Amino acid sequence: MPEMRESALTGFRTLLYKEVLRFWKVSFQTVMAPVLNALLFLLIFSHVLDRHVTVYGEIAYTSFLLPGLVMMSLLQNAFANSSSSLIQSKITGNIIFVLLPPLSWGEFYAAYVIASVLRGLFVGAGVLLVGLPFVELSFAYPLWILVFALLGGAILGSLGVIAGIWADKFDQLAGFQNFLILPLTMLSGVFYSIHSLPQLWQDVSHANPFFFMIDGFRYGFFGQSDVSPWLSLAVVGVSFVLLAALTLAMLARGYKLRA
Amino acid sequence: MSLPAIRVCAVTKHYGALQALAGVDLEVRQGEFFGLLGPNGAGKTTLISALAGLVRPDGGTLEVMGHNVASDYRNARRALGVVPQELVFDPFFSVRELLRIQSGYFGIRGNDDWIDEILASLDLTAKANVNMRALSGGMKRRVLVAQALVHRPPVIVLDEPTAGVDVELRQGLWAFVRKLNRDGHTIVLTTHYLEEAEALCGRIAMLKAGRVVALDTTDNLLQRFATHSLRVRLAEPAAGVALGGAAGEGGWVDFAFDSYADVESLLARLREAGAGVQEMQLGEPDLERVFVEVMQRA
Ligand SMILES: Nc1ncnc2c1ncn2[C@@H]1O[C@H](COP(=O)(O)OP(=O)(O)OP(=O)(O)O)[C@@H](O)[C@H]1O
Ligand SMILES: [Mg+2]
Repeated sequence: MPEMRESALTGFRTLLYKEVLRFWKVSFQTVMAPVLNALLFLLIFSHVLDRHVTVYGEIAYTSFLLPGLVMMSLLQNAFANSSSSLIQSKITGNIIFVLLPPLSWGEFYAAYVIASVLRGLFVGAGVLLVGLPFVELSFAYPLWILVFALLGGAILGSLGVIAGIWADKFDQLAGFQNFLILPLTMLSGVFYSIHSLPQLWQDVSHANPFFFMIDGFRYGFFGQSDVSPWLSLAVVGVSFVLLAALTLAMLARGYKLRA
Repeated sequence: MSLPAIRVCAVTKHYGALQALAGVDLEVRQGEFFGLLGPNGAGKTTLISALAGLVRPDGGTLEVMGHNVASDYRNARRALGVVPQELVFDPFFSVRELLRIQSGYFGIRGNDDWIDEILASLDLTAKANVNMRALSGGMKRRVLVAQALVHRPPVIVLDEPTAGVDVELRQGLWAFVRKLNRDGHTIVLTTHYLEEAEALCGRIAMLKAGRVVALDTTDNLLQRFATHSLRVRLAEPAAGVALGGAAGEGGWVDFAFDSYADVESLLARLREAGAGVQEMQLGEPDLERVFVEVMQRA
């Protein structure tokens, strides 16, 4: 036979490559646009609030805001990547091209989630880079930054897999996004420290796993946070493990994909 | 006996109240050119989907080259190439990108020689670097065929590959599929063009409402069901009907017979009855008549 090389990981790597190429080919929409969005947030808020508000005593509001915006963009784009890819493939029917080959559910899951994390990281890094000239930002614990970025992206990538498989139509996916993902990110302390909230809302925020993603992420920059980074890590880590297990169970049962 | 290419045992599948597959048993031998026929909604695509692991049957087992499609799905899927009925494509990629990616899904890298060969056989070489969106419907269908072949599967299933394909391409496609068959690939085909099935398939299964209602070699089916036919236009059609003919329009009466030896005596009896033969046509047995008859009896 002519040069045909087979290897166990090739299937997984190809699916990952395809998923990355899919957003990379339209990076103007998938990476540049969200970066621009976040930059607008930053400029508007800094103009309105910067002189009046400080957080944790001495941190300027925009400095506080930037990591929040980075994480929010990262999370939203990680979700958007897997969910939109899957629903498009389902609606156009070309999902069969990944269902016919000998890919396992683990490979399927890993490829979609890792591609989502990568898109999230690209967007997050983009927001950080364009935001840096406007604010003073420290990088107290880079490892914490990376860990929360990866876990947050993986959680939202998993949620995107679930939503993309569950939704039969684009408006159902939009519903998932608008009524679940968006409120949870917005109410997670992207724009404020929850210590500035009344007690009741502080308690409510603690029930929101997104709060811990952003709080832990922010700890990596400032070395200060609303709750201990270890608590955040525990909540986020457990959330990821549970979601991954749920998604894999869904995939293994063939839910909606193999009717 | 060598392993069957496809084995389907007691497979059932329902969608709500609808029984799409009501206990299908089927075996396709290696190297066969096998036809899967049946009216719309008979369950052909459902059966193929179950074979490909796209649909989970409620009961029964399916094997491709001896590999169970559920418990040994990796080997079963490697052994199977499916050309889907629906014209689906990924608009993000060019033809070559798509075929490379599809090869990769099957664990194959550096597959360009084979990809070039497939493209040439399907007359797609000139379109290799064109985006899928920019192809005509018939070209997209050829790409579907190409995608099913990237991993050189021993068993190839084509679900109505010639729907919406022009005559020239259809002939080209059949020449190619025949060649694949000669090279040792097992072919399973569904089509609503019965002349195609008759010309190509060595053995045929007919499906109706999720059941196999006929399963035999094409030759046997032709002999067993549709006998030859003699159509005559009679001055006295009633006399023909009295001899066992079926009356049609304008004095035409149809007789069925098994061998040409019967024609002589039939004509003699018509003359004796004074039926007055004015025109005459002979009909060869064809699969369409078999099909209609099988579907009525089932
Ligand atoms: N996903 C589904 N949900 C509900 N019913 C389905 C589904 N897929 C197929 N069916 C039903 O199952 C039956 C068999 O369909 P199938 O597509 O297998 O028929 P077919 O023999 O391929 O027909 P055709 O010649 O039109 O392609 C039909 O009644 C169809 O409506
Ligand atoms: Mg069909």
